Amino acid sequence: MKKVKADPKGVLTGAHYLDGDYALAEGALAAGCRFFAGYPITPSTETAERFSERIPFVGGVFIQMEDELASMAALIGASWGGKKVMTVTSGPGFSLMMENIGLACMMETPLVIANVQRGGPSTGLPTLTGQQDMMQVKWGSHGDYEIIALCPDSPQECFDLTIEAFNLSEIYRVPAFVMTDECVGHMHEKVVIPPAEEIELVERKWFKGPKDKYLPYKPDKDMIPFMVKAGDGYRFHTTGLTHDERGYPVINAECQDVCVRHMVEKIRMNADKIIKIEEDEIDNAEIIVISYGITSRVTTRAVQQAKKAGIKVGTIRLITVWPFPEKRIKELAKKIKAFVVPEINYGQMVREVERCAAGQAPAIHVPHCGGWVHDPDDIFKAIKEASK
Amino acid sequence: MKKEDHLEEKNPMEGLLRMDRIPHIWCPGCGIGTVVTSFAEALRKSKIDLDKTVIVSGIGCTGRVAGYVKLDSFHTTHGRAVPFATGLKLANPELKVIVFSGDGDIAGIGGNHFIHAARRNMDMIIICVNNFNYAMTGGQVAATTPTMANASTAPYGNYEYSFSLPYLAEASGATYVARWTALHLRRVTKSMQEALGKRGFSFIEVITPCVTLYARRNRLGDGLNLMKYYYEKSEIQHGADTRTLDISYQGKLIVGKFVDKEKPTFLDCMDEHLGKVLGDKYQPYGVSHE
Repeated sequence: MKKVKADPKGVLTGAHYLDGDYALAEGALAAGCRFFAGYPITPSTETAERFSERIPFVGGVFIQMEDELASMAALIGASWGGKKVMTVTSGPGFSLMMENIGLACMMETPLVIANVQRGGPSTGLPTLTGQQDMMQVKWGSHGDYEIIALCPDSPQECFDLTIEAFNLSEIYRVPAFVMTDECVGHMHEKVVIPPAEEIELVERKWFKGPKDKYLPYKPDKDMIPFMVKAGDGYRFHTTGLTHDERGYPVINAECQDVCVRHMVEKIRMNADKIIKIEEDEIDNAEIIVISYGITSRVTTRAVQQAKKAGIKVGTIRLITVWPFPEKRIKELAKKIKAFVVPEINYGQMVREVERCAAGQAPAIHVPHCGGWVHDPDDIFKAIKEASK
Repeated sequence: MKKEDHLEEKNPMEGLLRMDRIPHIWCPGCGIGTVVTSFAEALRKSKIDLDKTVIVSGIGCTGRVAGYVKLDSFHTTHGRAVPFATGLKLANPELKVIVFSGDGDIAGIGGNHFIHAARRNMDMIIICVNNFNYAMTGGQVAATTPTMANASTAPYGNYEYSFSLPYLAEASGATYVARWTALHLRRVTKSMQEALGKRGFSFIEVITPCVTLYARRNRLGDGLNLMKYYYEKSEIQHGADTRTLDISYQGKLIVGKFVDKEKPTFLDCMDEHLGKVLGDKYQPYGVSHE
């Protein structure tokens, strides 16, 4: 993994007052993203606006495509053209992107997608918040694959985690997602952008060998194949079909086994390196509240109330949502009374918690169908109930 | 026989094909292979830098072309070859980008992408093999199936109007538009050469026989019969008004080069406009490559 410093041209060093959507665009520019294809959709549009405003001074391309199908396809093409690339969307657009997210996984293409979530299904709540695409991001395209998804809880993290998403997508040749939501997207807070030399980036693992020796899907020692870009003279082939190391289609069960296992295992086997969670007062906790994104900030208040009421409560904030921190949850399940999982949906990540807890501790869901954040009292009540 | 006496015959297109993937999957009598031959010939004659030439296909019979041509080659999703190619071109403006796909891919599921790429005058060449039906899936009716023709999902005949692709391309903004049949191979090659030699959105439609499905279902005979049809019913009309190019069932096929003009491309427009509006602060992007 070759580490490089950020190109100062894209880095707006200083302390700013930005909303989450703008911070996503700044994170992308700082990470070296020089191609953005998107389609306007509330509440994510400001990211595209910001990028289109800034890119002419940095050097790169913004293009507003005819729809989200095209945006995703253009992203994959541009990534193979050698650029770091990003798009942003919300629910309905995210659904349209699923087709080519599968292609990106199959072609093992690094790219970043931010989803500023709103309430669904369908057109749902265009202007109001939700966390309802958390399962879709993992399972939304057909077939078996793995992706990486991060969940910022502030505009500062929108900036930081976008850079992180770019790095992870480059390291693992996989789509990486920044799963924020309308609240964080439209929340204005202080965002500190460090000097370029303090931003560490990962360079794509370029193949430099002889022209006739390149195999686009031959796993290296770290499981990740080397990449080249179109125009380098390697005359390589890549396809959405099940393929061998050469990228040639092979339509049989044996090749499918190798191809799919590779796509899945390169993430699963590296999960420990990828996963970041934030734990607080876990050691003596009887109840652990697991939350992510905006809901973790609402949870803070509920946890304060619970502590005042004498309940031994700790928290886990999922910064990485996928791959899911399976091991840690399994470990903790043996030691505690219950998990409490508030999220702005009718039951998504709670299923993962429940699966990992495997009957050792109950996972109590605090649902919210979207449109607004939880009332902290509802989370507090669930904690109180769980502690009885 | 001594080894050196044995003359091994090589495919004349060997350098341009992935010989390790031959034989191809196309049926006997299919026209796609002949269009690929024309394409290889055009690449050879045009002397462009093949390391900087990329080919993108979608899904379907013609979608398999990218898998056989020895360039940087991308076999993408159904209908999305054009936006994929847009990404490639914009990420690396020095690339010559060719989309090689079928009528279903380009004008059916990918129709919206096609018209928008033409509208933007995205610098790419679209080679659209039109066999009048969805062949890979078994001969279903398409946006290009002539009215009255039979298809597996139009078992009593097609009662829809069909697309005239050159008209669609010109109306959407293409700067080069031609139509030929699989009979007009030298002309197909020449059109491809012309398109390779120019900038902007070029569209070449090639009408080809689908013997296994379209011809069989409509009792039109074999490949030779369809070639006879092209021979008897095609009429070269360069510069013809693209509004007059409708194709009726077994009717006249007007072929030729209909549009050949110059217009700034997407990247030309971007660089010129942003340069004018933003002055020295603008970081020029695409212009240096021409």
